[in-house]
Amino acid sequence: MGKKMHIQMTVNGKAEEFLAEPRELLIYTLRERLNITGPHIGCETSHCGACTVTLNGKSVKACTVFVAQADGSEITTIEGLGTPDALHPLQVAFKEHHGLQCGYCTPGMITRATKLLEENPNPTEEEIRFGMAGNICRCTGYQNIVKSIKAAAAEMNAAKEAAE
Amino acid sequence: MSVRKPLPHDAAPLHVTGAARYVDDIPVPANCLHLAFGLSEHAAGTLTDLDVSEARSAPGVVQVWRPRDLPGPCDCSPSNHDEPLLSGKHIQYLGQPVFLVAATSHLAARKAARLGRMTVTPRPALLTIDDALAADSRFEDGPRIWEKGNAAKAIDSAPHVLDGVIEMGGQEHFYLEGQACLVLPQDNGDMVVHGSTQHPTEIQHKVAEALGLPMHSVRVETRRMGGGFGGKESQGNALAVACAVAAHATGRPAKMRYDRDDDMMITGKRHDFRIAYRVGFDDEGRLLGVDFTQYARCGWAQDLSIPVADRAMLHADNAYLLDNVRIESHRLKTNTQSATAYRGFGGPQGMLGIERVLDHVAHAVGRDPLEVRQANYYADAPVDRLDTRGPSAPSRSPEGISGPKKHGVGEAELAEDMASRGAASVVPAGPIPDQGPGQTTPYGQRVEDFLLNEMTEALATSCDYAARRAAVQAWNDANPVLKKGIALTPVKFGISFTLTHLNQAGALVHVYQDGSIALNHGGTEMGQGLFQKVAQVAAQMMGVSMEAVRITATDTSKVPNTSATAASSGSDLNGMAVRAACAQIRRRMAVHLAELFENAPEHVVFDDGLVTVGGHELSFAEAAKLCYEGRVSLSSTGFYKTPEITWDRMKGQGRPFYYFAYGVSCSEVVLDTLTGENRILRTDILHDCGASLNPAIDLGQIEGGFVQGAGWLTTEELVWDAQGRLRTHAPSTYKIPACSDRPDIFNVALFHRRNPEDTIYRSKAVGEPPFMHGISVLMALSDAVATCGTGYPMLDAPATPERLLAAVQRVRDGV
Repeated sequence: MGKKMHIQMTVNGKAEEFLAEPRELLIYTLRERLNITGPHIGCETSHCGACTVTLNGKSVKACTVFVAQADGSEITTIEGLGTPDALHPLQVAFKEHHGLQCGYCTPGMITRATKLLEENPNPTEEEIRFGMAGNICRCTGYQNIVKSIKAAAAEMNAAKEAAE
Repeated sequence: MSVRKPLPHDAAPLHVTGAARYVDDIPVPANCLHLAFGLSEHAAGTLTDLDVSEARSAPGVVQVWRPRDLPGPCDCSPSNHDEPLLSGKHIQYLGQPVFLVAATSHLAARKAARLGRMTVTPRPALLTIDDALAADSRFEDGPRIWEKGNAAKAIDSAPHVLDGVIEMGGQEHFYLEGQACLVLPQDNGDMVVHGSTQHPTEIQHKVAEALGLPMHSVRVETRRMGGGFGGKESQGNALAVACAVAAHATGRPAKMRYDRDDDMMITGKRHDFRIAYRVGFDDEGRLLGVDFTQYARCGWAQDLSIPVADRAMLHADNAYLLDNVRIESHRLKTNTQSATAYRGFGGPQGMLGIERVLDHVAHAVGRDPLEVRQANYYADAPVDRLDTRGPSAPSRSPEGISGPKKHGVGEAELAEDMASRGAASVVPAGPIPDQGPGQTTPYGQRVEDFLLNEMTEALATSCDYAARRAAVQAWNDANPVLKKGIALTPVKFGISFTLTHLNQAGALVHVYQDGSIALNHGGTEMGQGLFQKVAQVAAQMMGVSMEAVRITATDTSKVPNTSATAASSGSDLNGMAVRAACAQIRRRMAVHLAELFENAPEHVVFDDGLVTVGGHELSFAEAAKLCYEGRVSLSSTGFYKTPEITWDRMKGQGRPFYYFAYGVSCSEVVLDTLTGENRILRTDILHDCGASLNPAIDLGQIEGGFVQGAGWLTTEELVWDAQGRLRTHAPSTYKIPACSDRPDIFNVALFHRRNPEDTIYRSKAVGEPPFMHGISVLMALSDAVATCGTGYPMLDAPATPERLLAAVQRVRDGV
């Protein structure tokens, strides 16, 4: 066993503090230590995107981030995006536009999409396709995922306009 | 009205919030053990010594099992008892589990699993089809051969004859959720298993057998899988048996989750095939005789290879009437992962064989392949057989459906409900016209519901095939490097398990006194929307809203002796079983309420959350309460068995399929003839789901199936090295279609026609058939390659850039 390190992080707005081996992988920290099981383990080599979370404002694959790298960071997972009563527009859109089948990729897919829409609030279909290319879905053929993201973007833009 | 509506997946609210639980998300007791397999580093040989002392003393390790430490062979095979949990003396493939580690954490178990020392006397491994043929290594005694007419004579006397071979690769399932299982030991040595499996009953059976328990001592629960695609029909058995052995030995819960690399190294994949053909045809490209030899690489154990190879034979005709055909099938045993079920179950391979033949023949006679395909189609069924009363466009107007709008419990409907349980003969959909002996498949089944002439015309028109064919020609004349290709291909897929006894299903429905309904059936949810569809059936039957129906996890203690959720049969079988259970409860309620309100049972109507009896109107909840107080049983099982199917697989004769599902797709591609890179520019699909139970879910199945099928034939390549080591064991090297790999234009539509057979609300199965639309992409690539010269491309699958370049070269050389 390696030497343990004192880690602090804020996950979905909640401060967390614990001792961990520095090379513990963030996905295990989230799933096993903090019982946040929305981010899933798919390939464990950063290719499938099922474990995607937002770390200090960037999309990362939590299966290839050491907990030491995440020390002092702010992390958002699917659980931090909305609640069943107050869903994020992307969550609503994935539900209504059939952007999921088995659902295993969905938390990572939606978490990635939140960043995509932050970076580019009005993406073309092409930009969505390439912006989401790091997240694999084996079920849907992506058609409804793209449709969901488009719908959410429109919804979010309309809400922003209404607010202004 | 609940059926026909494009309602979202029942668990969608859980999925979008990350709250849907998969096996790995279930909280485990603190003393839970985590398991991992130590794997063979050789493909074939004799294990002379196995030293696990280092693994035993590794941090966190609780126990290690060698084969001799197991309570017995712990067989994991779904068919032939040839899959011991751990290989003893005989090493059969590289990646085979050899020892089992239980540790206090997943990582500790995985680390220790690398510490076994195996001494193996290697022997030459049989890795390829040629290796197996040379060694006569096979399952079953010799090749299976089915014949119709006289193929050899017809070919010999035909004006033209061609020979060819197509090789097609296997396919990794890559279910996003890897194999996983959790076993919790109970009182009395009983076991509760949470498995990510398409076949809970098989898991129950194998766990009970391994521990020497009766099946009633093992309960298997499956709430959902993160994808299955056939890969969880039998491949989860090993994890469940391993966990049960560990739980039995230690009294502690045990969990096993394959790391993705291990999953790809250990588990079976789609069978790769070689199909050799000899075909005789006339000047127009009409097939006069065809001879196929199919070689299936089955891997080390029998698993489901026999029915997979059978289904490949059963789809050797696809959409074409073959008067003289011979199909020979070799099921070859090799030192590789045991190939298993994968969406289509051999059907795609068999179908690709005949599609290649049509493409090759069209090239030889210089006609558009579509015309040659159409010239060889079966004849469409007469319109009276097909009963066109079906919905005109349910995806736009889901309310516009056929069938009774209100549910009076009339005699006719009761009779139909009896029939749906298989208790009485089924009322035929209409007169079945005598079509003579001509319209039969190579295995003697009459094709009575053929739709593809009409569907092909419809798609060719909607996708503007003729004009685009001309535009592709013009482009190719003007561009020396980038070549375009277009192809329109059909799918006819047989629906039913070919092992006839599997075509049965059970359900259990409870109505509670507050009017809420709990529903259980033998099918499993892997994302295909089965639970949603079946819940729609229940809501429809009871005349309540979807909110009143709760679907509970598949559980072998609620519905016993279930078949795998496979063969696209989930909603066909389980929908009918649920309908039967609901009909039973509805009938009991109607009888009681009719008595109470002095009316006749057939005047009791269940609709829109209300129960009306004459002038009385009750909420469904009030009705349920009255029935409860009237001591009416509000719980019922339901049962269904598919009628009319008979099959003799040795002779290759009978009616293995209750009906066929149809579809057509047209793909256009562009190919860089200098690099082999290519893109799908446009795909149009028209697919037959009968009268769809849920058009949104069906469209999702079609879109996803197509992309997966196109992946199989283009980017997804499995590579084994000379030692038998799978080199593509992660998504870094095994290329699954990504979001950016789709056609630029992708139009998918449902063909709305009621199923002439009496299926659940006249719908059709949809899981597997759309997968084979991917064939249009391979044929379009072949078309693009063919423009490079005079030769025929002979394009193998997957059509990677390397294979495409080689094909371009062949065509240029004019061979």
